[in-house]
Amino acid sequence: MPKRGGFFLVCTRPQTRLWLLVAAGTILMPFISGCGSHYVLLHPAGPVARRELDLTVYAAVTMAVIVAFVIALLILTLIRYRDRPNNPHAYTPEWHDHRLMESLWLIIPAVVLAAVAIPTVKTTYALARLPKGSHPLVIDVTSLNWKWMFEYPDQHIATVNYIEIPTRRPVLFELTADSPMNAFWIPELGGMEYTMSGRVLPLWLEADRQGLFWGRSAQFSGIDFEKMLFHVRAVSTPSFNAWTAHIRHSKPAMTLDTYHRLLRFNTVGVEEYSSYPRSAFPSTTHGFGLSGGMYPVMSNHPQKN
Amino acid sequence: MSFMAVYLFYLYMIHTLFPENVRQPTELGADVMIIGAGIIIVSVLTRYKKWRWLWSEWLTTVDHKKIGVLYLISALAMLFRGGVDALMLRTNLALPNIQPIGANEYNEVFTTHGTIMIFFMAMPFIFALFNAVVPLMIGARDVAFPRLNAISYWLFAFGALLLNISFVLGGSPNAGWTAYAPFTERAFTPGVGENYYFMSLLIAGIGTTMTGINFLVTIIRMRAPGMTFMRMPLFVWTTLTTSALIIFAFPPLTVALALTLIDRLFHASFFTLGHGGMPMMYVNLFWLFGHPEVYIVVMPAFGIFSEVVATFSGKQLFGYTAMVLSVVAIMLFAYGTWVHHFFTMGAGPSVNVFFGLSTMLIAIPTGVKIFNWIFTMWGGRIRMTVAMLYQIAFIPTFAIGGATGVMFAVVPVDYQLHNGYFLIAHFHNVLIGGTLFGLLSGMHYWWPKMFGFSLNERLGKFAFWLFFIGFWITFTPQYMLGFEGMTRRLYTYPLGYGWHMLNVISTLGAFTMGAGFVVLVYDIVWSLFKMPRDATGDPWNGRTLEWALPSPVPEYNFARVPVVTSRDMFWWMKRHHATIADQLKPNDIRELELPKNSPVPFILGLGFFIFGFGMVFEWWLLAFLGLAIIIGSLIYTGFDYDEHKQVSAEEIRHIEQSLGRLQG
Repeated sequence: MPKRGGFFLVCTRPQTRLWLLVAAGTILMPFISGCGSHYVLLHPAGPVARRELDLTVYAAVTMAVIVAFVIALLILTLIRYRDRPNNPHAYTPEWHDHRLMESLWLIIPAVVLAAVAIPTVKTTYALARLPKGSHPLVIDVTSLNWKWMFEYPDQHIATVNYIEIPTRRPVLFELTADSPMNAFWIPELGGMEYTMSGRVLPLWLEADRQGLFWGRSAQFSGIDFEKMLFHVRAVSTPSFNAWTAHIRHSKPAMTLDTYHRLLRFNTVGVEEYSSYPRSAFPSTTHGFGLSGGMYPVMSNHPQKN
Repeated sequence: MSFMAVYLFYLYMIHTLFPENVRQPTELGADVMIIGAGIIIVSVLTRYKKWRWLWSEWLTTVDHKKIGVLYLISALAMLFRGGVDALMLRTNLALPNIQPIGANEYNEVFTTHGTIMIFFMAMPFIFALFNAVVPLMIGARDVAFPRLNAISYWLFAFGALLLNISFVLGGSPNAGWTAYAPFTERAFTPGVGENYYFMSLLIAGIGTTMTGINFLVTIIRMRAPGMTFMRMPLFVWTTLTTSALIIFAFPPLTVALALTLIDRLFHASFFTLGHGGMPMMYVNLFWLFGHPEVYIVVMPAFGIFSEVVATFSGKQLFGYTAMVLSVVAIMLFAYGTWVHHFFTMGAGPSVNVFFGLSTMLIAIPTGVKIFNWIFTMWGGRIRMTVAMLYQIAFIPTFAIGGATGVMFAVVPVDYQLHNGYFLIAHFHNVLIGGTLFGLLSGMHYWWPKMFGFSLNERLGKFAFWLFFIGFWITFTPQYMLGFEGMTRRLYTYPLGYGWHMLNVISTLGAFTMGAGFVVLVYDIVWSLFKMPRDATGDPWNGRTLEWALPSPVPEYNFARVPVVTSRDMFWWMKRHHATIADQLKPNDIRELELPKNSPVPFILGLGFFIFGFGMVFEWWLLAFLGLAIIIGSLIYTGFDYDEHKQVSAEEIRHIEQSLGRLQG
């Protein structure tokens, strides 16, 4: 065996080479699989999530430019000015001020941040409003310990831990809680919003392709909060209408007793109801009326009260 | 034999006194360890007759340098506790559906991990360095209120004890380190766990607020002649701004904690569901404290880095004025960004945009600082000591953490990434890469000043590399997990999400960091016995006044208070072939008045502990006893005029002569 540097010597042993390959594979695996479908945020299924992803990528790339510059500058500095014998680069212990350079790195970050700030403002306002002239499907969402209850005021049906929505139509979720706070999140459709007792917070999302998506609570709320999982099936409008009709005709009605059963501290599976008591939402969450409400930009939806 | 008897008695007491449902079987192992360690410490102290020494030298001390050592030991112990918590969390998440610890215990562990790391590790670590060097840097003999300083320490220590005892007795807090209302209502978190959280933070918080006041006054009032504001070392500046932040940030926390405790103990409805409670107000108050708190823990690190980078580059700090202005700017902006912790709580687009932009604004002064640190190195001679390695690692780490922070300031991005693992990775990135690296850098840098010997550089570098590499192995996968939709505080997860691969890697990284901590502790123990004592007092070729003093520093700090004529005063003295000893003639030494040790701080802390314990379990008699001790010691200390001792000129002359610092 030729005598060479230690590292290459080690690499020539087949067994070691295998292990190195395994190690490299383990480290690189997640990066290679970076576009796998389980990266839900990278696979938006609707306009809200897509705009949020675009902005994420834009902000990340912009910031990465600055970070890369800082790291490069740091490495260069370390190479040039490391304390070693006969360092050819000048040692200037009293140099401590340079007005032009200092203004430069005040101005450059400011410009870069402005480049991030402008789309931030635009998108924030844009996503706070329903698209003009849209006729959204309204779903009232109540988070309970530890389950999600959904009511369709226009279709007058209710479900637990499962919803169907039509594609290419904005869905207005009206969020409240009859429990401690939770956060309502369907990553493939868009960002989250909290559910809070005594308040109604609006969130609109839209699916532009059919599919089954998962949603969950993103805010810790007790021992079984990891089980606050629900599924969203996005289907065509005719299928959606057929589904609501099916539920209206073949499922039991929700009574206040059912609701009180749901209020217990436990987890349940998927449930479907042909109707629900009008008072369940929004007048009684945890025994007091809702204040909160929509801010004006959202008031163009066909809210029943 | 006696150990067994004590343990059986202990078990008997636990099971008769405390509710059964809060006990966890796996906690018993930890209990045995803690009780065992306690017995060992007590027997060693008794064996070597050290009780009197412990009491008169440490428990009653009001010397800022010794208080600094106490803070440092406590902080390292808490770093161990919080680190073990982190390893338990990572073990639970290493693979899908494995549950070495169950849901409730996981909730307890992540709660204590966060609470301990922020309040009982980072804060005392910062105060350790404040106490150890700030008075020396400004040429003061002590802090402005030495006894108050000791009270601050003991309130912190007994607050920490109260929180940690919850793990021994069972029923740790389990609502997260933020303890959002209304989840902390009794209906949702029954038992005593959350009472421990609120009570211990209230007690420690009082101590912290007083520390803030103490150092603000010290820096404003006790600088040596000639030490103008613009000649102060940057660490003193960040101490000043941190103190100001503490004074205005802790009151909202105290209010929030006290009102929630009143909700829990006396059935009030400040933040409850129903009965007119406003849970949202708790969230506001908490983050009104919580965001400045972020800067409270990171600004001292900025200060440390500014000292370390100048010393080990052998160069004056670049852009001193800009550095000062930027810490002041960060201090002011810090109060205007708290809503960015809850963009998704329905404040509306205008409020969100305002706070998003104000958050981005903070990135500008922070960026200025990063460039100034790099240009301090530019044209210098960079010595790669352990302290400097942490500094160099800090710059890219903090830049990346800051960049992901700016991403969160982009409101729509926050909507997707909030409460996910991207967030976890981000704040560990700034808290470990910023605060912890800073504190470890400061610890290595000032260790010889505090203890009179340096830490071993080789072991220190080994520990550093384990920390640094382990850090990136832990948190890079967590950034990616955020994009896979993994949310925080899950105690386990099923296989189907594809989260397992990244979680395994992250766990491996966490254990690498754990190994780093073990090496660090070994380094400390090894150096304690093997490293040569520091004879010069200036092992790093330092720049600021503390290095002009012998290590460890005599109780009175400066035999004669120096006259400051320049920034980086000690560097200036060395360049002009002057030393403090040159200024010092035997006749210059005068009799000094030093603060006298007092048992009051310790007893006051004990009173708070008894009061807190009584409140936690609603044993009112005990609470009243604690309150009586508190009021009694306050009255006693108010009328205690015997708080100074005289140190004769002869004694000082003798000490200075033996240190070889006296002419003639």
